[in-house]
Amino acid sequence: MDLNYTPEQEAFRAEVRQFLDENLPDDIRERVQKRLRPDKAMTERWQKILFDKGWGASTWSKEFGGTGWDPIQQIIFEEECALAGAPRQLDFGLRMVAPVIMTFGNDEQKQRFLPGIVSGEDWWCQGYSEPGAGSDLASLRTSAKREGEHYIVNGQKTWTTLGQHADWIFCLVRTSTEGKTQQGISFLLIDMNTPGIEVRPIIMLDGEHEINEVYFDNVKVPAENLIGEENQGWTYAKFLLGHERTGLANVGQWKAAMKRLKEVAREEQDGQRPLIENTRFRDRLAQLDAELRALELTVLRVLTDKRGPGPQASILKIRGTEIGQQLFEMLMEAGGQDAIAYIPEALELDYNGPRVGSADATPAAGDYFNMRKLSIFGGSNEIQRNIIAQLVLGL
Amino acid sequence: MNFDLTEEQQMLNDSLRRFVTNEYCFEKRGEMISSGAGIDKATWENFAEMGLLGFTFPEDYDGLGGNAIDTLVVMENFGRGLVVEPYLATVVLAGGLIRDAGNEAQKADILPGITSGERLLALAHNEPGARYNLSYVQTTARKDGVDFLISGQKTAVLHGGQANQLIVSARTSGNVNDESGLSLFLVDRNAKGVTVDDFATHDGHRTAEISFNNVSVSADNLIGSMDKAFPTIEKAVDLGIAALCAEAVGAMEAMNAATLEYIKTRKQFGTPIGKFQVLQHRMADMFIQTEQAKTMAILAASEADSDDRASRREAISMAKTLVGQAARYVGQQGVQLHGGMGVTDEMFAAHLFKRLTLINLLFGDADHHLAQVSDGLLARTA
Repeated sequence: MDLNYTPEQEAFRAEVRQFLDENLPDDIRERVQKRLRPDKAMTERWQKILFDKGWGASTWSKEFGGTGWDPIQQIIFEEECALAGAPRQLDFGLRMVAPVIMTFGNDEQKQRFLPGIVSGEDWWCQGYSEPGAGSDLASLRTSAKREGEHYIVNGQKTWTTLGQHADWIFCLVRTSTEGKTQQGISFLLIDMNTPGIEVRPIIMLDGEHEINEVYFDNVKVPAENLIGEENQGWTYAKFLLGHERTGLANVGQWKAAMKRLKEVAREEQDGQRPLIENTRFRDRLAQLDAELRALELTVLRVLTDKRGPGPQASILKIRGTEIGQQLFEMLMEAGGQDAIAYIPEALELDYNGPRVGSADATPAAGDYFNMRKLSIFGGSNEIQRNIIAQLVLGL
Repeated sequence: MNFDLTEEQQMLNDSLRRFVTNEYCFEKRGEMISSGAGIDKATWENFAEMGLLGFTFPEDYDGLGGNAIDTLVVMENFGRGLVVEPYLATVVLAGGLIRDAGNEAQKADILPGITSGERLLALAHNEPGARYNLSYVQTTARKDGVDFLISGQKTAVLHGGQANQLIVSARTSGNVNDESGLSLFLVDRNAKGVTVDDFATHDGHRTAEISFNNVSVSADNLIGSMDKAFPTIEKAVDLGIAALCAEAVGAMEAMNAATLEYIKTRKQFGTPIGKFQVLQHRMADMFIQTEQAKTMAILAASEADSDDRASRREAISMAKTLVGQAARYVGQQGVQLHGGMGVTDEMFAAHLFKRLTLINLLFGDADHHLAQVSDGLLARTA
């Protein structure tokens, strides 16, 4: 047992850091570090830069155009990117649908879809949840009826994150109503430009447009876009959720937020002393720092386990989201009364108008509100605890 | 000991309950917030007609001679309906301060105007960097013949952009953190040298950043005694905290009602999610937190008018600690139990959560007030 990185891993870290120093554009870095409004072009530009370097898909094998890095290298890369202020790469393609295509798709699907994901040309979104199917995902009702060489899709998906930008959506659809609800589900890839698809925005409690409803009205989808076998979609869906949950631990992003929180605690004044000298605030910061360290090492433990991440992924999802929420709550609390002001126009790079308190206080409350989603999506934390109780503990 | 409302308070409670349920609708509130006006004139006139704006002022100044318990009744209902008009800023904070510390002329000039709804005031006390330290004031007022010249920067001035007049704290002697050496002045919002940046807040209220650049104020606009304003500021803030505690309780009760309704009707796995024990226990904890907070809001209101500083401050800080913690728990869990719907702008629960979050941040969060209680405990056992 040795918790130190090897000299090779340290050299790799230095290489990543140097690349980021030289290639991460300043405007992108500034936008991310100031926690300004995310921007589609920014995400695409950064993906292109990584792709050109051959680093477009840090979690993929070389066979599919990935880096072929081991899990430790992946984590080092992710952490350095986050600490440098690089935008988060889009998970929906890279970490969610891609592993499904690689594992269950046919050769033609691999050749057709994977290159657009790693290059960033294709923007993917997720069509899982429905108004009546959230935690109880298997009760989904969006139907796909086979007619010749096509499926005709009807229904509605919701909570579709960044679906307003998407070229493609991967959907769970019902192809059969026989047997248990899990048995009639299929996994279908749908071009968002197909006639009959309508995307409607959902405004979140922070006032931002990040999620959408997607409506399907007799949408004609080529049968060749079916992944694997008809009515076997639930197996693929669960496989994907395992990948999603591991990603939701989000250690790199949280380490970057923690670093900033510690700086903010030194910069914010508490009367005639810096906030960091307030022992009540500092104790909570220290507690959170310890929890984040535990999360970081637990992720490494799980990812280096040769048996792979089983239901233990739920531990990472729960702890990762709870720690993330607390980080943004403390960033808000650090701002104190400065955080009450709502200045949506200040979330753009070129804003020079008045604000309240420091630039860190401006996005603080909105971020805190937004982060409440973490314990709800990707399988609510209540559902994750059910998974641990049932699948790990056998209760 | 008696926790009952008087007959008049019960009537007030009933009519306010009807008002927020029937007239203060969510859509209309949303339109007013989007307009940036910060106050709906018709609603404010309605409050004036109901007598709410002078409730706690003496009858000699057109008031009804009420106390902080009456304010508790008003604010609980405002919390329940998420009323965003400047009641806290104008009536509770500024009105309470003038009532308690103003001279005859000032009371006669200001209180009837607040009562009738014509005048809006705001308390400009907080300063950048002060965080929650009430004695931290850098703004200065220096003598200029018989007048004063005020210079400095104020932050988080609730509804400062809507006010006609500002009550401004300034240092007339001493150092930045001293409790002595503070004085209060009435300053016209449009006076030369006053610059106001008006902002929306996340919960639909308004706040202002206000700077004073050699603003000339005559000596008859001094409120109370020179250099001795700190206890007055503290008392006004305590009235404000007691009111916020009551408002939080109303918002928590509304959150619990909305959440209960949601988990009874939302079905997953073929059953209402409220049938799941984990959600039942969560809801039970939200209920416990709210009841405890309600008790503390009553304590805060009972002590808010007291001139026994140590006892009042301890009660207020204990109340703000537990109410702040409850607001956090009930707010977060109310959203969580609503699932994805809880983080959407269209749900009332999301707006209750935002108000509850900001109430914790105003005039000291739970950590700050726990420190106050803790320091008081140490001082008494030393």
